[in-house]
Amino acid sequence: MIEFEGVGHRYGERVVLSDVDLRIPERRVAFVGANGSGKSTLARMINGLVAPSAGRVVVDGLDPVREGRAVRKRVGFLFTNPDSQIVMPTAGEDVAFSLRRSGLSKDERSRRAAEVLERHGLGGYADHPAHQLSGGQKQLLALCAMLVLEPDILVCDEPTTLLDLRNKRRFAETLEGLAQQVVLVTHDLDLLSGFDRVVVLEAGRVVADDEPEPALEHYRKLVA
Amino acid sequence: MNAWYEPGTTVVHRAPAGVKFVALLVLAVVIFALRSPGWLGALCAVAVLGYAVARVSWRRCWGLLRSLGLLVVVVFALQWWLLGLDSAVVVCLRIGAALAAANLVTITTRVDDLVTAVERGLRPLRRFGVRPNRLGLLIGLTLQAVATLTGIAAEVREAARARGADRSVVAFTVPFLVRTLRHADELGEALAARGEGDR
Repeated sequence: MIEFEGVGHRYGERVVLSDVDLRIPERRVAFVGANGSGKSTLARMINGLVAPSAGRVVVDGLDPVREGRAVRKRVGFLFTNPDSQIVMPTAGEDVAFSLRRSGLSKDERSRRAAEVLERHGLGGYADHPAHQLSGGQKQLLALCAMLVLEPDILVCDEPTTLLDLRNKRRFAETLEGLAQQVVLVTHDLDLLSGFDRVVVLEAGRVVADDEPEPALEHYRKLVA
Repeated sequence: MNAWYEPGTTVVHRAPAGVKFVALLVLAVVIFALRSPGWLGALCAVAVLGYAVARVSWRRCWGLLRSLGLLVVVVFALQWWLLGLDSAVVVCLRIGAALAAANLVTITTRVDDLVTAVERGLRPLRRFGVRPNRLGLLIGLTLQAVATLTGIAAEVREAARARGADRSVVAFTVPFLVRTLRHADELGEALAARGEGDR
């Protein structure tokens, strides 16, 4: 369960979020809104990358700011640009890198990394230079690097922005099949089929919070 | 060390990463202590032999020769002009031996193995405040940064060329710096999201 209680945030003088109250028990939730609406900042608060200036965030009973380590074990975060998330030269090493603090043996880390890559269609790429993968493969690799940690929650910040249509579809299918609770920040409304709830943000405030159809109708009117 | 791991089963590939790393450090010290062109030439020959034993593909060797060759020619010309022929030969042999050996280590060693070996080797220094995890990560990121910065430089150069500014220093430097800093920022955030900042 993710909870935002009276959450506000400002960067200097600029207010990016104010009075956000949300309880999120649903399996599939999306934050949508125009650029600068505060949705990415809200998502970053879930695993403590950004601390709220006001109010508090609670994830499975834990405070992401004070108990960041425990929260980050539960929450995986996927960024827009996979190139910025790749830390190791090859795909297999990059996924295994996520497990380096797990206390597992090197062989076990490699085995688990290979298993996750195989499950998501990158089985033949373990020794492949990660930066030479296609955009879609890189984003899948970044996803694998999160999933190998078996998080309970996955937060994705505009993960399909840099992908072509085919890779977007493939990524959406992958997302659909995940057991984790997924919080998706997106402009891509096609990704939201099968979602339980959509939160629409505008100028740092929640202006609609509903099932996808009515929430998106509100969003379309807002941007029309 | 602008190289990627090339899988293999040769004795060089199978040698423990820690042994290769220490051997490289020792070799670097020896190279910079030696002044005899004969001995330095012999070390270059040993490095070349290492490539043959590791069965490194001609494509990879050619890539190294091209980048190393250009560097050696520039340094040789400068050294000859400034310090004379003897000094130019010694410096270039040192550069050739050191870079060829370092490149051989990265071609035959997974970065993951190298990082693990460094972390294991530095573990006894924990009592003095050394954090092996951080230093291991630093080595991994440094190797990775070479590829990332090369990619950014290529894209920026291409963009400058598209605007007809391929000879402009500003058209290259400004976007290169901006993108590098942005990459550093995003990488830091991604590492924090993966729990790397947590103790």
